[in-house]
Amino acid sequence: MAVSIRIVALTLITAAAVGAGAWAVTRYLNRPVRRPEAVASAAAPQPATARRIKAILHYVSTDGLRLAASERDVIYAESASEQARRIVEALLEPAPEGLASAIPQGTALRGLFVGERGDAYVDFNGSLRTNHPGGSASEILTVYAIVSALTVNLPAITSVQILIEGHEVDTLAGHVDLRRPLPNAPQWAEKGST
Amino acid sequence: MIIAAVCAARLDAQSPRAAAPYSVVSLEGRRTVGAAIAGDQEMLRLDELAPLLQVTVREDRAAKALTVSRGTAVVVLSLDQGLASVGGKIFSLSAPPARDGSRWLVPLDTVSRALAPIAGVRTEVREVSRLIVLGDLRVPRITVQQDPGGPPTRIAIDIVPRAAFTVVQEPKRLLVRFDADGLDIGPINAGGGLVESVTAADPLTLAIALDKDFATFRAATVPIDAASSRLVIDLTAAGAPAPSGLARAQAQPPAARPAPAAMPEALAALPAAQPPGVRTIVIDPGHGGDEQGTRGAGGVLEKDLVLDVARRLRSVLDTRLGVRVLLTRDDDRVVPHDERASIANNNKADLFVSLHANSSPNKSAKGAEVFYLSLDGLGAEARKMADGPESKPVPVLGGGSRDIDLILWDMAQARHLNESAAFAMLVEEELRRRVEMSPNPVQQAPFRVLVAANMPAVLVEMGFLSNPEQEAQLTSDDFKNRVVQSLFDAITRYRGRIEAQAASRLP
Repeated sequence: MAVSIRIVALTLITAAAVGAGAWAVTRYLNRPVRRPEAVASAAAPQPATARRIKAILHYVSTDGLRLAASERDVIYAESASEQARRIVEALLEPAPEGLASAIPQGTALRGLFVGERGDAYVDFNGSLRTNHPGGSASEILTVYAIVSALTVNLPAITSVQILIEGHEVDTLAGHVDLRRPLPNAPQWAEKGST
Repeated sequence: MIIAAVCAARLDAQSPRAAAPYSVVSLEGRRTVGAAIAGDQEMLRLDELAPLLQVTVREDRAAKALTVSRGTAVVVLSLDQGLASVGGKIFSLSAPPARDGSRWLVPLDTVSRALAPIAGVRTEVREVSRLIVLGDLRVPRITVQQDPGGPPTRIAIDIVPRAAFTVVQEPKRLLVRFDADGLDIGPINAGGGLVESVTAADPLTLAIALDKDFATFRAATVPIDAASSRLVIDLTAAGAPAPSGLARAQAQPPAARPAPAAMPEALAALPAAQPPGVRTIVIDPGHGGDEQGTRGAGGVLEKDLVLDVARRLRSVLDTRLGVRVLLTRDDDRVVPHDERASIANNNKADLFVSLHANSSPNKSAKGAEVFYLSLDGLGAEARKMADGPESKPVPVLGGGSRDIDLILWDMAQARHLNESAAFAMLVEEELRRRVEMSPNPVQQAPFRVLVAANMPAVLVEMGFLSNPEQEAQLTSDDFKNRVVQSLFDAITRYRGRIEAQAASRLP
């Protein structure tokens, strides 16, 4: 809600005065994609007493064709965008025992921005693409592990667009269309999985 | 010295390098806007573009932004990130502006996403032909295809949207003059037989250079659909009999002589008048070039495997089904997704089959899968298009309706989902008879290569290269031929279905 109010305010400023609007909007534009160092500092170890939420994250199922749900503790955040960032960072951590991660090794979060209409833009480093093994099954699992992490756990987020190094991309590995925000597609989760 | 060399190398790496300019067609005529490659992005020179769009540009160094304005309408381009604010909404761009000396370069998508909404005129970017159309101008897309068969030598010129033209015969060449404000000339695949070349003679004229053996020609037009038409020109050599039933133009007199553009008696003989069927099939071997696709544990590359299977399938379809078969690539090269769909759309293909091999993090995953498009992520407008027989206008990002055609093209597959599903079922049934299927044999996914295909389209995953046992199978002649036979039988059954449907509609 706080983010929405800021967005509305900045929009009005832009319409009212070109010069002041340019400055304000640019400040706003600087918000979405955080600098890598900002992400790194935010990911610093938290005290063991930090408040946590339960998040449902998805990993590769045992047959390698679907996503399997697993509940993980994620540090609580005040804002939706900050909570989204912490959830994605949790997804990038090693998978629970017995499951494999759908995210290629070396993948790091560069930034995350939640738009007005429930669309989230998640910016990763190039490893998400360069370390991806290819194949449509692997690509689908990677994409929907990310999409479901946000849409399943944060009702305010209804669709997710994956960016690489700050840019929109056609696909990760030649299959899934990433040019628009994707809604979750529960058919990629195992039956009985959340 | 080392530091200086490193600095020089960095500067060199960051300096934009020149690229072929874009042509801008407007009421004032045709002009060019400089282009450059910065990083891996194609960029346009903003100072050359701004006066054509009637916008002014100002750099706000404190805010690290470029402000582009026209009257009270303002667009803010962040200099730090590929983001723009248009009317209070945020749009992502493929790159932030780049500085080239004292001038600014902006990524190509800035035009349609950020500048078009505030431009003083209708603005349309045609990336493939490097054209920007300003204003309500008639700039038809022209593609030229020569039938490899013959004689006679047949040239088909597709005109989208349709435009009037005249065919004029001159010594050693035919001139096709279009009644338009400009031409958007697409791929020209012509040469051989009685045609030496097809080139643009001037901004509104195509010239067909003729071989010395040329004697006569005939020309006729047929509508392709409500918006497009096709001009078919048959060229006959001296001494060869002119095909009957068609209007005939005599050997050229010394002076230029206009020929009628449309000859009604020729219509019945032209391909577009044929009933529904499966006459052209486009096979799309996935990936290629640097985009290798997945790699098997034993080193098999997906791009090589699928090209091999595509060639085998083409050979079988050519010889046994008598249909025209085109591959989106017949060698090891990168083919952009849009170009793959364009090849199918521009050739009026009746089926599109994309061939792939799969991979999973779990090495035990195995089996073939058949996909058709899911509309996830394409939004409500795509679903509306899928529901109704007629396309609906789609609002453009940022307001207005300027890019309607582009967006419709981009969602072309939405209108064919039912037929794609029916074809996918046939492919699955035939594959199941010959190869192992995955537990999820027919699925829907938002696959990029299928979105713009304007015909029934499926993507076939033949098996998992990540599974060592399947990798060995997939590389065997026996397995490849099983897949080819399955696809051949599925296509044959689908053709029978289409023909039966057409027959049932006859009075």
